[in-house]
Amino acid sequence: MLPALLRRALAGLAVVIGVVTLMFFLLRLAPGDPALLLVGPAASAEQVAAQREALGLDRPLPEQYAGWLSRFVQGDWGSSIATGRPVRTMIADAWPATVLLVGTSLVLSYLIGIVVGAIQATRGGRLDTALSVVTVTLFALPGYWLGLMLVMVFTYWARALPAFGAAGFDADFLTGWDRWADRLRHLALPLSTLTLIGIGGTARFVRGAMLDVRDAPHVAIARAKGLAPAAVTIRHVLRNALIPVLTLLGLSLPALFSGAVFIEAIFAWPGVGRILVEAVGARDYPVIMAATAVSAVLVVLGSLLAEALAAWADPRLRVPPGSGETA
Amino acid sequence: MGRSEAEGSAGLGGNRVIRNRWFIRDLRARFGLAVLVLIVLAAMLAPLLAGDPSVQRDIVATRFLPPLSTDLHGAFHLLGTDRFGRDVWSRLIYGARVSLGVGVLAVLLSVVIGLAVGAAAGFWQGRLGLLLLGLTDFALALPRVVLLLLLASLWQPSAALVIVVLGLTGWMTIARLVHGEVRALAARPFVEGAVALGVRGPRVLVRHILPNALTPVIVAAALGVGNAIMLEAGLSFLGLGVQPPTPSWGNLIASGRDTLVNAPWVATAPGVALVLVVVAATLLGDAVRDRLDPAGRRGSGAAGP
Repeated sequence: MLPALLRRALAGLAVVIGVVTLMFFLLRLAPGDPALLLVGPAASAEQVAAQREALGLDRPLPEQYAGWLSRFVQGDWGSSIATGRPVRTMIADAWPATVLLVGTSLVLSYLIGIVVGAIQATRGGRLDTALSVVTVTLFALPGYWLGLMLVMVFTYWARALPAFGAAGFDADFLTGWDRWADRLRHLALPLSTLTLIGIGGTARFVRGAMLDVRDAPHVAIARAKGLAPAAVTIRHVLRNALIPVLTLLGLSLPALFSGAVFIEAIFAWPGVGRILVEAVGARDYPVIMAATAVSAVLVVLGSLLAEALAAWADPRLRVPPGSGETA
Repeated sequence: MGRSEAEGSAGLGGNRVIRNRWFIRDLRARFGLAVLVLIVLAAMLAPLLAGDPSVQRDIVATRFLPPLSTDLHGAFHLLGTDRFGRDVWSRLIYGARVSLGVGVLAVLLSVVIGLAVGAAAGFWQGRLGLLLLGLTDFALALPRVVLLLLLASLWQPSAALVIVVLGLTGWMTIARLVHGEVRALAARPFVEGAVALGVRGPRVLVRHILPNALTPVIVAAALGVGNAIMLEAGLSFLGLGVQPPTPSWGNLIASGRDTLVNAPWVATAPGVALVLVVVAATLLGDAVRDRLDPAGRRGSGAAGP
């Protein structure tokens, strides 16, 4: 198991390096010049050239890349071209918010999705059909639109929940329980948006996986030896059906982080996604690169974790290197 | 595609599908197909069904009219008007042309790339195959929307750019699917037979293997169109996709965002249309897949944005 995981970790590192390298050259090849944005449209050609030199943008591309990579690895992430703030501080402030939002919604949507999918697969009939309609609709909802609808209902009509940010303006004056309540109220809408959509996908997948396992020989034997139906469902069907679900968890992480970018943009959630959207607009190279690298690392770590979990749940997946069917 | 070889691939027989009329009995297939046909027809016949989506006369009198109301000029507005007094129904119908068009073209592009990469990787299994598979896995690990955001915001936003960007970031699942199919088919007797008869290299791949590998690709493409329309709307929503005044469902939702309080119908209508299309495409894809491959009934769980 360990060598396989090590191999995966190396592959993950290669992916991270690949992503940041790709981004670096894409950014430099694309039109748009941060120096131009910084000095303004009225600046003379010399001023632009001076600004480019100050930012190191006049050097050859490979040299810029090597310089950036070595500084980045050593922990010198530079400072934002647009705001002048150190990039590390910006990211350090932002990533807990993203992890809180994505992590909580991941846990909630998998827990609820597994229960819903399991009920569908075991009960069948009308309940299954009704829940299928619900889950396929949830699955089809675009996050940004669901977010808007929730804001319309809960913020504008019911005036119950805040639609922007992670904490109220008066958050610093709140203490104890009030402070927590304020946080939770701000988390409610973005979290519900991400979670509702996640439930749709997970429940659909779990239902299918359980239906696949239901007809397996070991389940027939468990039934034949007189095990209670609930025990068969939980110990023999659900448990085996969860293995592909764990693999899916790893595969869906990039999509989840991507989805969070939209949600953070809508709800002004102070996470990495919002920083990225703003930095892209301002051609803020150091910030874009750092946000990309951090999200790539988070995604790779997440899928490694999911793979380790799957290997723990299913001994068959602990295969020697060379036959990796779980990608 | 449907040549005589189609019978060679076990369980994927195109004939049986028609003979059993399962299509009419499966509720999901019926619903999905009906909705998609209706919406595609509406998009094609847009000039007959709706007025000019850009028309606006005296804004003050005709803006923010609620659904089912008639303005001063006697024009009826089924879904009301937006803040410029433009008819939401017209913009929705004309927006369908843009959104569906972009979605379908983007998926076509990813199918072409995915077919080429997957077929080559499955057929030439040596170093080239490994290289292509590695490339596919790498691309699959990229955070798609982050890439979309960067590409779409770095160049001038347009419908063409959205198609290219979505196509270039969506081919991986198709490539994997084709790779698996081609590998499995390459070992089958009818292919060995073709090789024994002297058919060589690429011709075996194109004439004998690929036609039999296409069916699952078509299912994946149907599911992909829904996803692509959703992503197009997402990019347009952030202002990085199709630019107003050209209506697309995404920029319609975005424009409704600012008037959520006094005109909630502006953002609601295109969203409902979007959900309907994605649900229809998903159900149709599910039904076809269940039919083609009763052993693997799994719903695709990879969540969109």
